[in-house]
Amino acid sequence: MSQKFVSRGFTGKRERAGGQGARVPPGQHLVSDFPVLSAGPTPRTDLARWTFTIDGLVTAPVSWSWADFQHLPVQDFVKDISCVTKWTKLDTRWRGVSVDTLFEHVELDPRAVALIASCDGGYTTNLLLSDALNGQAFVAYEYDGKPLAPEHGGPARLVVPHLYFWKSAKWVRGLRLVNKDAPGFWESLGYHIRGDPWKEQRYTDD
Amino acid sequence: MNDNDVVRDLTLDGNAVAGLLEEVFGADMTTADGECAHCGSANAVGALRAYTRAPGVVLRCPACGGVIARIVQTPRGTLVDLRGAAHLAMRR
Ligand SMILES: [Zn+2]
Repeated sequence: MSQKFVSRGFTGKRERAGGQGARVPPGQHLVSDFPVLSAGPTPRTDLARWTFTIDGLVTAPVSWSWADFQHLPVQDFVKDISCVTKWTKLDTRWRGVSVDTLFEHVELDPRAVALIASCDGGYTTNLLLSDALNGQAFVAYEYDGKPLAPEHGGPARLVVPHLYFWKSAKWVRGLRLVNKDAPGFWESLGYHIRGDPWKEQRYTDD
Repeated sequence: MNDNDVVRDLTLDGNAVAGLLEEVFGADMTTADGECAHCGSANAVGALRAYTRAPGVVLRCPACGGVIARIVQTPRGTLVDLRGAAHLAMRR
């Protein structure tokens, strides 16, 4: 939490000095388009067969159909996002369900400290619970007022805007609670286990 | 830009990363034969699907889509994951 206040203080000072530049983390540049990055082909998931599951270290796993997921309390989010390939996009507009809301439906085992997000196509990424809760992460299914396009991760993607965007897993289908923060797809091959753009945590040991 | 343009743009073959592979392996790899550890199919490395608009390069099997190789270049070196390749055969 203290970290948050420190960076807010910085933002205030730099905002007066440099406008939008104060919102751009070190080593990043602003873009106005929305680059598409992908480690594999774009899956086309039939919504009739789509499910979202929370399992692992929970008392009882929970799974929603697409229709059920649409009935969960929804929120709008306007967030700046930063990709490790060095682009930053300001004020991206999303609609989705916060991870906090999803976790209201499960009882976490006290040993749970992290989660691994799994996706259609086999992609995974890891997150500490301390990076997933308190409004910091959500599962988005609309972008800019429209259903989230498949190339941007639709039907639904995890969005964790305070970390590099590889953490915002496209085509997300579930979160598994685990007792150890174990590296996902990119974190296991040279990328930072956490990936905070303001600390330039790009690669392992940064 | 419609979906199909985007997807087509992202899907290259192994020949598109010939230079990177030569840097990593010290030889032209595009004509090397690779066996997919997931499904057993054999393909020239140049015929694998290559995904390069990503934090690293991902080579996938054209038959099953499984990941055959991942290559990440960082300021401190190059990392290569070949768990998805049962073997690679380089010609002399
Ligand atoms: Zn295969």
